[in-house]
Amino acid sequence: MVTGKKIRVIPRLDIKGPNVVKGIQMEGLRVLGRPELFAPAYYADGADEILYIDTVASLYGRNNLSEIVSRAAENIFVPLTVGGGIRSVDDVRALLRAGADKVAINTEAVKRPELIREAAERFGSQCIVVSIQAKRVSESKYECYVDNGREKTGLDVMAWAEKAVKMGAGELLVTSVDREGTGKGYDNELIRLLARAFPVPVIASGGAGSAQDVIRVIEEGHADAVSVASIFHYGLLQLTREAEYKEEGNVDFLRQHETLSLLMPKHFEFTSISNLKNRLARAGISCRDKNLIVSAA
Amino acid sequence: MTIIDYGMGNLFSIERALRHLGHLSEITNSVKSLTSAECLILPGVGAFGDGIRRLNESGMSEAIRAHVAAGKPLLGICLGMQLLMDESMEFGRHTGLGLIPGKVSRFPFPPDQINPKIPNIGWCEIRQVAGRSWEGTLLDGLNEGDSMYFVHSYCVRVENPADVLATTEYGGFTYCSVIERGPICGCQFHPEKSGERGLAILNKFCTMKAVAKSRE
Repeated sequence: MVTGKKIRVIPRLDIKGPNVVKGIQMEGLRVLGRPELFAPAYYADGADEILYIDTVASLYGRNNLSEIVSRAAENIFVPLTVGGGIRSVDDVRALLRAGADKVAINTEAVKRPELIREAAERFGSQCIVVSIQAKRVSESKYECYVDNGREKTGLDVMAWAEKAVKMGAGELLVTSVDREGTGKGYDNELIRLLARAFPVPVIASGGAGSAQDVIRVIEEGHADAVSVASIFHYGLLQLTREAEYKEEGNVDFLRQHETLSLLMPKHFEFTSISNLKNRLARAGISCRDKNLIVSAA
Repeated sequence: MTIIDYGMGNLFSIERALRHLGHLSEITNSVKSLTSAECLILPGVGAFGDGIRRLNESGMSEAIRAHVAAGKPLLGICLGMQLLMDESMEFGRHTGLGLIPGKVSRFPFPPDQINPKIPNIGWCEIRQVAGRSWEGTLLDGLNEGDSMYFVHSYCVRVENPADVLATTEYGGFTYCSVIERGPICGCQFHPEKSGERGLAILNKFCTMKAVAKSRE
């Protein structure tokens, strides 16, 4: 591991309309609540960055994130990365102006790779994240998907990543379409192939079902950063639910029979960002110390 | 607070952070507003050459030098810190504002090497320099080892060790991450994106304004 560098823990909010949603393998989206419930809590708990992805934007040719991001940017002082439905340099400018620090581009970059260069030249590579949705084809072979994992492109992931980096991508956000929402662990092989081949940071996404999965993608996949969704979202919802009932007394029954746990596959281990960071620290992985993040406010 | 707009990067996040802290700020590209400012912030993301050219052509370089000469506080952030130096080697040799003796150069890792990755994007620790306490400085109230959010490929090499307020290590290379020399401050990281600890630095800079005022 590179000394001095800390692994970034990045909660990922998939947005549909005004809500945070979560699906399995990018399908069957379930509404979890408003982003305002999640993002400030994650900031307070030590998120190193927050990722907003408009899940259906590229499908309907729109981007509704500006407003959500501009509200978030008023109270959240870590980098905000925003993606979904970005088609032009003007779209990038509008999101940066609304409060995004970086944008994640997938569908349109595949259609028109020049967009990466145009955006990087205008705003700098540091704010251009190329989002890659990868589906395993065979041993060490992956294909790029677009439209949030719905459409194949025929593009080989390694060849596309090389082109994206040449065009000026500052980071790669790599989501495994096979693992997304399953909680079966990241696709460590996919992440390792990319993280070892390219000189830009690789953010691993898709599949985290436990702290152990996160540790594995850092140790085995050499991820520079990890994007985590379900285990934080359901963890937070459970905490919120418990807090609501706490004054009424014993919450053990709720813990055991919580509807949320029934909705989630059994193998998910919900956690919070600070708990995950403690686990990472115990595994010898350096991350930003939770205790130093938010003063007693 | 006056935030200098010279067409390099996102200024609104600094404005939002200051507003959150209860400080009013103005974003301006007018030399006149710079001249009357109490306290200047020079932000910036992008290439050194572009940045210094825009400052020079607009006449803002002169206004910034005059501001500092009058003893009024200046904070350079990221590229804004690098621009304070004598010169940079980013895509050719460029002369900087010359407010802090020293140079800007790329991380000294081989260009074809995958690790450590460049740019350095992420959180790194700030460390004290032997013999210099942070009490009463821009970093007053911060702890050794606090993490800040960095995005950069180039670093400053400061000639006078006394100008270095903090250092940071990335991939085995230690460089100056915070400068303080009289009213001139600079940080390589983004305090407006470094959580509550970063906000504490911005807040401290805003109180330096008050100190400068009371001396008048």
